[in-house]
Amino acid sequence: MRAAQRFACRPQLWGHVIPHHVSQLKRGLRKLREEGFRHIFELRTPEEVDAITEIHRDPLYNNKKQETGPLDIIGDIHGCYDELVELLTEMGYTYDGETWAHPQGRKAVFAGDLVDRGPNTPEVLKLVMGMVAAGNAYCVPGNHDIKLKRWLDGKNVQPTHGLQESIDQLNLKTPEFREQVRKFLEGLISHYVFDEGKLVVAHAGLKENMQGRGSGAVREFCLYGETTGEIDEFGLPVRHNWAEEYKGKAMVVYGHTPVPRAQWLNNTIDIDTGCVFGGSLTALRYPERGIVSVKAARVYCEPARPLGYVKDAAENLSLQQQNDDVLDIADVTGKQIVETALANNVTIREENAVAALEVMSRFAINPKWLIYLPPTMSPSKTSVMEDYLEFPAEAFEYYKTAGVNRVVCQEKHMGSRAVVIVGRNEEAIGKAFGIKGEGIGTIYTRTGRAFFNDKATEQALLARVNDALIAWGFYERFNTDWVCLDTELMPWSAKAQALLQTQYAAVGAAATHALADVTAALAQLAQRDANGEALLAEYRERENEAKQFVSAYQQYCWPVNGLDGIKLAPFHIMASESKLWTSENHEWHMEEIKKICAADPQILMATPYRIVDLDNAEDVQQATAWWMNLTGKGGEGMVVKPYNFIERDGKGTIQPAIKIRGREYLRIIYGPEYTAPENLIRLKSRGLNAKRGMAMREFALGIEGLQRFTNKEPLRRVHQCVFGILAMESEAVDPRL
Amino acid sequence: MLLTITTSRFPADNLGYLLHKHPAKIQSADISAGKAHIFYPEVSAEKCTAALLLDIDPVGLVRSSGPKGNDFALEQYVNDRPYVASSFMSAAIAKAYSSAMNGRCKDKPELVDVAMPFTVKLSVLSVRGGEAVLRALFEPLGYTINAQQHQLDPLYPDWGQSRYFTVELSHTITLQRLLSHLYVLIPVCDNDKHYWINAEEVEKLLAKGSGWLEAHPAKEMIVRRYLKDQRSLAGQALSVLLSKDEAEVEEAAVEAPEEVTEPKVRIHDLRLQAAKDELLLAGAKRVADLGCGECRLLKLLLAERQFEFILGMDVSIRVLQIANNRLKIERMPDKQRERIQLIQGSLTYRDKRLEGFDGAALVEVIEHLDPPRLAALERAVFEYAKPGTVVVTTPNAEYNVLFENHPEGKMRHNDHRFEWTRKEFEAWATDLAVKYNYNVLFKAVGEEDAEVGALSQMAVFSLQKDNLKND
Repeated sequence: MRAAQRFACRPQLWGHVIPHHVSQLKRGLRKLREEGFRHIFELRTPEEVDAITEIHRDPLYNNKKQETGPLDIIGDIHGCYDELVELLTEMGYTYDGETWAHPQGRKAVFAGDLVDRGPNTPEVLKLVMGMVAAGNAYCVPGNHDIKLKRWLDGKNVQPTHGLQESIDQLNLKTPEFREQVRKFLEGLISHYVFDEGKLVVAHAGLKENMQGRGSGAVREFCLYGETTGEIDEFGLPVRHNWAEEYKGKAMVVYGHTPVPRAQWLNNTIDIDTGCVFGGSLTALRYPERGIVSVKAARVYCEPARPLGYVKDAAENLSLQQQNDDVLDIADVTGKQIVETALANNVTIREENAVAALEVMSRFAINPKWLIYLPPTMSPSKTSVMEDYLEFPAEAFEYYKTAGVNRVVCQEKHMGSRAVVIVGRNEEAIGKAFGIKGEGIGTIYTRTGRAFFNDKATEQALLARVNDALIAWGFYERFNTDWVCLDTELMPWSAKAQALLQTQYAAVGAAATHALADVTAALAQLAQRDANGEALLAEYRERENEAKQFVSAYQQYCWPVNGLDGIKLAPFHIMASESKLWTSENHEWHMEEIKKICAADPQILMATPYRIVDLDNAEDVQQATAWWMNLTGKGGEGMVVKPYNFIERDGKGTIQPAIKIRGREYLRIIYGPEYTAPENLIRLKSRGLNAKRGMAMREFALGIEGLQRFTNKEPLRRVHQCVFGILAMESEAVDPRL
Repeated sequence: MLLTITTSRFPADNLGYLLHKHPAKIQSADISAGKAHIFYPEVSAEKCTAALLLDIDPVGLVRSSGPKGNDFALEQYVNDRPYVASSFMSAAIAKAYSSAMNGRCKDKPELVDVAMPFTVKLSVLSVRGGEAVLRALFEPLGYTINAQQHQLDPLYPDWGQSRYFTVELSHTITLQRLLSHLYVLIPVCDNDKHYWINAEEVEKLLAKGSGWLEAHPAKEMIVRRYLKDQRSLAGQALSVLLSKDEAEVEEAAVEAPEEVTEPKVRIHDLRLQAAKDELLLAGAKRVADLGCGECRLLKLLLAERQFEFILGMDVSIRVLQIANNRLKIERMPDKQRERIQLIQGSLTYRDKRLEGFDGAALVEVIEHLDPPRLAALERAVFEYAKPGTVVVTTPNAEYNVLFENHPEGKMRHNDHRFEWTRKEFEAWATDLAVKYNYNVLFKAVGEEDAEVGALSQMAVFSLQKDNLKND
């Protein structure tokens, strides 16, 4: 009406807009009813609209977000009263003569299918109704419960699939009881959303986009799940496993489909362990995630499909691990935003993901191994000293400014970064990583490629590491069967042979031979003409620098034959079973690693380090002298880390490490002649912000990935982090930093 | 870095007149990346040596690149450019000895056309292709060559030889001709250039090469390398020098991927043809080329009316861009453009975009995956994408023994992670078919040998019919 008045001044619109609008509204209303909404308010006149004084919003019935638990969710009971009592008792619930309650105020949540097939449906109903009435429990309906209600409603239903047992048992009870049951079942809500939306309970589970909604389709899904319309070899409908594709944040707990044991899959869990078929009755404790089961006293009903029948089940792999065999491309391509604990949301740009997809697909190892990629590391700010590009003072200053007064200086090994995952045996790897037949571990590079082209060498080295871990009793001490170590593998020439030959040795060869001839020609000139002296001196200096360049890279090359000559220097214990070790400080890491290395000093190398109190001038001075000494002998330099693995300042997490590279080492980065004053002065202008930002985001992603892995989250969630690091590495940042 | 030119023709110090550089002075000339010094280490009537010494600024070389500079690939600080004779040396020759190169000599014009005994020394010259290339370039022009190749690192003799040579070239020749040879052939040896090549470069080459390049037996290589990587320019220049047919052959040779041992008979065309035929035979309407590469199969598929929709997928965005350019998709009429789509994707990930196809081809794809990653491909294709028909081809490893000069156990391509015998392939495919309810047939592709089978092998999977019903 009001619209009509508005349009009155524009008659050309009046013609079709409003009738169109009206007809669409009417069609929409009809649809609403078809979708199964129970409450539809229609306002047909302007007066009706004007009569409204206030809109009062009722939360949906399924909204129990304020209920934070703790809760105990109980799977399909099917009239197994004795097992139910046993389970409640086991969990600490007690019967006070009227109803069951938990002394700590825990509440039960019944996931539906209370009735049919089993020996004592009425008693189960009585117990559940009593607990719900007393406010000690919630209950969602199962398909069997709803079918029983329809019988109670007097509808014509087939007494199949165990309904007959319920009918027979209920017929022995009073009509009043039957009416109570009918009313109880009628009042059940399709599903509940608990604890700020973190937990959803529905009989057959629920997809993310249906959670907290109310419609006929939602109720249908909650009761029956999703079926494909096909029939399997046992004459039962083929169910579409929505949980395989589930990516929602809420944990979904459900029953409906009997499984041999309750297993997590993508943060969902089926807790119907087929009690009535002779399996067990299972409860999930929330938020603890503990599982409590009681065995069925006997087989009450023969299942149509053998319990635990899974087509082509992969041996010994968990549901999640089987599901993780194939990742979905949609989870990594396009623009991705990854939530991390250390740096909030990290955005991965589409163009970087494109590059990472190619590298990941063509060169990376099995993504099940890739639980962590090491972050890039920023150098210190450019030194203010005339002769140096990098010097310890700037790194110390960085941490001091950030409010950290205790740092750890570690010698920087000149090798190649390598992530080492090693398990006690192949079985341990299968259990933790879901990988079969790929050995007792893996060694991979910063970009997720196999470190060794030759599998036998890799496994031989891992066997040595494993022996050292066993010898020291690492597995027992750390209560684990595997470990992930962040390491440096030497010599550099073992991995970077091609780079060394095509770039470093080539430049060295060209420079030394050319400059030898140049200085000879200039010497001849200078003999004849004193004006040639200046040029001769200049090129003699260059010749000298070329020689220093050659000895700089030669430091990091030595021959390797099989394992002979290989040195592995671990510097972080990243993770082990259910545990992320970034909570421990770097001194702890260094000391623990020292003990492992002591078991096989021929191959394993403990990293020399020192702890520096930045407020103590003598400490700082000694650390600087230490660096001078290390780099004077041709060492690469050192890495300065805050004492604690993860340190924050007012603005957030700070750089986890800063490298200070030696003056000679930097020749192989900035070229033989970089130390010439006219070169050094120009090289000193270099921007670190991009590199620092990248180091920070990669660090946050790396830790997040490991955290998710140790939390046993789906591989998809771990892979997103690792993929993100790889994508970031494709960003254009000065490669010399 | 250093070029010396020595003559012993009496009076040798005439070289100063010819080069327009006074033997008593040390002179400098600016070149793009720094300076060149000109000086005479030795001057007498018996022997005179002129030296051209590069003084390249290594930091400037990196720092000046950018939008305004030359955005070439030599951006690393650790770089041989300051130490070798390269296109920088050519530029320095043109700058420092321009009069001599143009055949001018103010004071002694009669010397310009006189062939004199010259010895040229280059410290150091980078030669892609080794001494053979060096000889192929200079010997036909009459030079005597004394070349010393340098080890990469004397401390590690097993690293082998570097591509750097100290080279002495001797010939009796005019100075102008000598300089034009050096100007063209130094960058040809190096096979790299410090600046972008444009059309002018063709004229420069033709001018500097006039009188000797036409008859040089290695002229194809000289032109191709001089106009590095600029295929159309190379073609343009060649077509001036050669008949048109030859030019086309040359271009094709440039295009051919390196390190492929398979015979030139277009085995790949046979595979593509076979894959297309199988998809046609299966009656497929929506088809996908998984690992489409540069689109050769897509082109074949587009020509068939039976295929209503064609999807090309590859993991490499670079290759997809090439495919896109070759197919000229944006220039297609609407109806045709709607029939085809190119996407970046990977066969080791499950991909919803691949669902609902009648047919899919994986031509020479599986052997590019590490064997442990095959399991993911199997599930992504056969369990999730589930096309009605899947055509898979892969090399037949048994056939490799028939290749000439093919070491035993070597793969046909650098990126092949495995090559299977017929037995291995059939075992893999049969297991797969059983697991995912497909029927499978095997066919040979390409020339067949009674003993070792065909060059390539193909498996055609078809989804069992009762698995298709959906009600």
